Amino acid sequence: MIASPNTIPLSPLDAGSRDTPLRRVARRFFRNPVAVVCCAVIAIFFSVAIVAGFLSLANLPMPYQPNATNLSRKLLPPNATNWLGTDNLGRDVLSRMVAGSTISLTVGFVAMAVSLGIGIVVGAVSGYFGGWVDNVLMRMVDAILCFPSFFLILTAIAILGPNIWIIIGVIGLVSWTGTARLVRAEFLTLRESEYVRAARALGQRGPKIIFRHILPNAFAPIFVTAVISIPDAILIESGLSFLSFGVPPPQATWGNIIADGKTYILDAWWLIVFPGLAIFIAALAFYMAGDALRRAADTRSL
Amino acid sequence: MKPNLLEIHDLAIRFHTENGNVDAVRRVSLSLKEGGSLAIVGESGSGKSVTALALTRLLPSPPAEYVGGRIVFEGQDILTMSKPALRKIRGGGIAYVFQEPGTSLNPVFTIRSQIAEGIRLHRPEVRDVDAEVVRWLTAVGIRDPEARMRDYPHQLSGGMQQRVMIAMALSCRPKLLVADEPTTALDVTIQAQILAELRRLKEEFAMALILITHNFGIIRGLCDRVAVMYRGEIVEYGETESVLKNPQHAYTKALIACVPRLGSNEKRLQTIDYAWEAAAAK
Repeated sequence: MIASPNTIPLSPLDAGSRDTPLRRVARRFFRNPVAVVCCAVIAIFFSVAIVAGFLSLANLPMPYQPNATNLSRKLLPPNATNWLGTDNLGRDVLSRMVAGSTISLTVGFVAMAVSLGIGIVVGAVSGYFGGWVDNVLMRMVDAILCFPSFFLILTAIAILGPNIWIIIGVIGLVSWTGTARLVRAEFLTLRESEYVRAARALGQRGPKIIFRHILPNAFAPIFVTAVISIPDAILIESGLSFLSFGVPPPQATWGNIIADGKTYILDAWWLIVFPGLAIFIAALAFYMAGDALRRAADTRSL
Repeated sequence: MKPNLLEIHDLAIRFHTENGNVDAVRRVSLSLKEGGSLAIVGESGSGKSVTALALTRLLPSPPAEYVGGRIVFEGQDILTMSKPALRKIRGGGIAYVFQEPGTSLNPVFTIRSQIAEGIRLHRPEVRDVDAEVVRWLTAVGIRDPEARMRDYPHQLSGGMQQRVMIAMALSCRPKLLVADEPTTALDVTIQAQILAELRRLKEEFAMALILITHNFGIIRGLCDRVAVMYRGEIVEYGETESVLKNPQHAYTKALIACVPRLGSNEKRLQTIDYAWEAAAAK
């Protein structure tokens, strides 16, 4: 059977002018229901974290003061007043988790930004210039990778003291190596591309070629690692808090709520399960969103 | 008499590889007058592209090493020039059109921004960059340039992409356009269009042209002179018509014989028989 000419779809060239590469990726990303759910979850966590940030600045309850103790109401299971129960000092678990979300997401995002910034610069310089520059930088990366990163972080914090900005800085400073290697690999390929040669033949300067011609083409994988490094940082911070190397008490974080609750693990499951779930859901949402983004940005899977 | 725009004296380029050194180009001397045109013909690996890229020191070194010789463009020696001066020559003095238009355009930017880049670099005095982009897209025969300049490279056909590359090169107002196999990646009808376009633009903007090709068939009527390269050396150099009619070197004869003729009764396509080389070695 021959299809009638009317059924042949029109060439997309007319609509094409608005078809930027970014839009194509976004369109494919949001076509994936998993991605939409993950984005919604991330958006909810974010709104809570931002609102909680403002509430704690203004010293307002959320729904209770996260650090207000009430020993007559300690270790209560989830109930009508304290939806997620109370801890051993009678503090409201929900309020503490809400307060902790600000810490977790701040750590996740700022640490990601630090590691991304260092990783992009090191990887770009290494991949673009090659030669001894590349050798020196990559041996530096190897040296950092030789240390188990969690213990490196623990040591650094033991020396510098547990302060949220120090924790963020240390996590960022230790976790840029993966990004640097990825960016370097992208640059090695893109540096040899015809359009980079064409840009050089046009008399364009090195830094401009790096940032204008190569970097935008490497954005997709960089963005994906960025998204995936957020839960990594959140998990590291939770681990640190759990080992009481994290943000110092009484400031609540998801990790230290679990750490405080682990003594009562047999009597008060809610102290462990709810903050644990928060960490789990947040990390999973970021990982899965990152994976969906990787698929959407991968032109080969069209 | 016009002065020479470009002079190459005894150029020698060597590549340092893990399997030893390769002399890609040896004893190459060429000259080109302002507005003149030259074809460099040869098979793959003959050193023609290397020579072309060397004109603005575009070969990455290492592995490439400019062993000897001089390249003089408008009285300045390219091989000893400072990098900022060299960047002015690249694009502004000598512009390139490469073989693969599809990959020579950056996929994440519109045509407009890519042409504008060259204009901003080499002609900062241009106020209305958009109008200039439209002007050059029109000059290379692109219809509806206001709409097309908002397109991304993947939305254009191969022929259109190559026209955009030519517009990009021309918009910097170079004295010399180097077209490195500009039609090899295109199909035959588009090839003829692009070559005709190059011929017209060369006249219109009084620009010198170096055309690099392996195809003797396309240079007639486009280039006044031709240099035939083989294994890094120029084996024959002269007026196009006389070289085509009366080739002196055995390799040139073999190369010309390779161009298939319409209406001939040959059963097989000609290939280059390297017997002459063995004969010459004796």
